[in-house]
Amino acid sequence: MTQKIRENLAKRPDILVIAEIIPPNSRILDLGCGDGSLLALLRKEKNVYGSGIEISQEKILDCVSTGVPVVHGDLNRGLLELPDKSFDYVVLSQTLQAVDRPDQLLVEMMRVGKKVIVSIINIGYYSARFQIMFQGKMPVTETLPLYWYNTPNIHLGTICDFRNLCKDKNLNIVSEIPIGEMHEKLLASFWPNLFAPTCVFVIE
Amino acid sequence: MEEKSVGIVVPQDFTFGLTEEDKLLLDCGRRLGPVNIRFETYGRLDETKSNAILILHALSGDAHVAGYHDEQKTKIGWWDSMVGPGKGFDTDKYFIVCSNVIGGCSGSTGPRSFNPDSKNFSQIYNMDFPVITIADMVRAQYRLMKHLGIKKWLSLSGGSMGGMQALEWAVSYPEAVASVIPIATTSCLSPQSIAFNWVGRQAIMGDSNWNNGNYDLEKVPETGLAIARMLGHITYLSDKSMDKKFGRELQESESYSFDFKHNFKVESYLKHQGEKFVERFDANSYLYISRAMDYFDLSERFGGDLAVALSQVHSPFLIISFSSDWLFPPCESVKIVEALRNNSIDVTYCDIKSIYGHDAFLLEVDVLQRLISDFLRCRYDEVRKK
Repeated sequence: MTQKIRENLAKRPDILVIAEIIPPNSRILDLGCGDGSLLALLRKEKNVYGSGIEISQEKILDCVSTGVPVVHGDLNRGLLELPDKSFDYVVLSQTLQAVDRPDQLLVEMMRVGKKVIVSIINIGYYSARFQIMFQGKMPVTETLPLYWYNTPNIHLGTICDFRNLCKDKNLNIVSEIPIGEMHEKLLASFWPNLFAPTCVFVIE
Repeated sequence: MEEKSVGIVVPQDFTFGLTEEDKLLLDCGRRLGPVNIRFETYGRLDETKSNAILILHALSGDAHVAGYHDEQKTKIGWWDSMVGPGKGFDTDKYFIVCSNVIGGCSGSTGPRSFNPDSKNFSQIYNMDFPVITIADMVRAQYRLMKHLGIKKWLSLSGGSMGGMQALEWAVSYPEAVASVIPIATTSCLSPQSIAFNWVGRQAIMGDSNWNNGNYDLEKVPETGLAIARMLGHITYLSDKSMDKKFGRELQESESYSFDFKHNFKVESYLKHQGEKFVERFDANSYLYISRAMDYFDLSERFGGDLAVALSQVHSPFLIISFSSDWLFPPCESVKIVEALRNNSIDVTYCDIKSIYGHDAFLLEVDVLQRLISDFLRCRYDEVRKK
C-alpha cells in the first residue's frame, strides 16, 4: 500500500522530502492535502495523528476512500478555530502561491503549529527566467502549466522572496532543501534560486 | 435496471420498564414505563457482532428506513436509496437497525400510548406524557442495543434530529460507539429553529380540535398540524430549490384566480404535504418531539464547552453538511468539527455542494453513498483488525 503511494508521489518529490522530515508519532496538519497521499503515507509508516484541510469536494471523497481524515475548508478563511500550537507540524505543499494572502496564512500556520513545513514553487528557476528574459512572456513550466490569465497561482515568488518574507515576519528558517531536477541536483544545491524548481523550508 | 431492495421487512417490538426499577429515568426526573420500542433490522449480524449500525430518524421519520411492508410496496422506507444491498449502508455487509423514537407515533411509546397510571390502562397519556429529550430517546435506544446483544455500534448515523441522536450517543455512551456519521445537524438547536418549532406548536395548540391534547381520532387538530408541517417544509427547502421546483408556475389554471385558494404550484405542494402528513403523524407527538429538539444542547451539561462535552469520545467522525441548508447551516457542523479536532479525534467533514437545502440529506444520494460506504469500509477494516 505505502509502495503504491510512493509511486504515485514520484512526480511530487517535495512531498516525499516532507514525509522524510516528519518524525514518527507527531501531530500534523496538511493544508490543501489533495487526495491525502502524504497523510496516508505518514499514518501508515510513521503512526502520525494527521488530518488535512481541502477545498475540493472530489478530493475529499478521495481522502475518505483511503481513510484519511480531512476537513472541508478554504485556506483563505484562515485556520478556523484551531488552538495555538495544537500541531507539531503544519504542512503546506506548493499551495502558498495560490492563496489570497500568503503572508497571513504563513503567520496563521505558525500560530497553529510548533513547526511549519512549506514547499514553494520557485519562479526564479532558470527556465522560467529565460522565458521572461528572452521570450518576454509569463513562464509556463511543468510545475506551472497554466497561463497568466487562468492560473490559480497568483502569488508566485522566488526562493529569495520567501526567505525575505520569513525575515520580515521574524520566522526562523531551520532548514532549506532545494529540490533539483534529475541532472541538476548538484547545481540546485549550490544555487537553489536559479536551479531548484521547488524548495522545502522548515520554519520555527 | 431494478433498484436492489432489502424487500419485505417485518417491524419488531421490544418492551421494557414493566417494573419500577426497570423504568426509563428521564431528564425531567420522571420515570417512563412500560416502554415499547418499535424497530426494524436489515442484513445479518456477524459472528463477532461488530457490523451493527444504528440509523436514527429525523422529526417525522420512523423505524421503517428501507424496504417495504407488503408486496404492494405501498410504504417504501424513508432512506431506501441509502440502505440496501450494495448501497451506502450495505445490508450485504452490515447489520442495520433503525428504531422509532420514544415520543413518536409509529409504534414506540409516545403521548398517544396508554397511560399505566390510568385505571386499567384505559386512558391515553396525551399531555400527561412526560416531556422527553434527545438524551432520553438515546437512553431508550441503549436498552434496545442491550436487548439485541450488541456491545458496540460500528457506526451511528442520522440526518437532522437523527444526527443529534448520533452526537448524543457519542457523548452519553462513548464506549458503545466505533464511529459516528452526523448529517445536516447541529450540536445545539439555534434560536431560529426554536422559533420555527414554537410557531409550529402554536398552530397545533391553537387549533380548536386540539382540546388541550385530548382529541379523538375522528377529530384531530389537522389544520394546526398541517400548518406546522407546511412551515417545517419551507425550512427544509431552499430559495433555489423552490425556484427550480415551482418557479412562479400556477397550478390547475392558466391565470390568477383572484381569490385565496391555492393558485401557485408552490401553494399546492405545501397544501398536499400538509394533508399527507396529517394522515400519518400525530399532533401531540409533533409537540413532544419538536420540544425535545429545542432542548438539545450537547455542551449544556459541560459548562457550555463543546470540546469538553466531546472529550470522552474516541471514535472517528464523518460529518456532512449541505451548502444550501439554512436550517442547520454548515457553520453548525464546523463547530462540531473544531471541537472534535481539539480532542485529537479523527474527523472528516464534507460540506456537500447542493441546492436542496436541509432536505438534501435525503436527495444527494450519490455523494452520500460514496462518502459513507468508503468511511464504513475503513472503520469495519479497523474494527476487524483489533
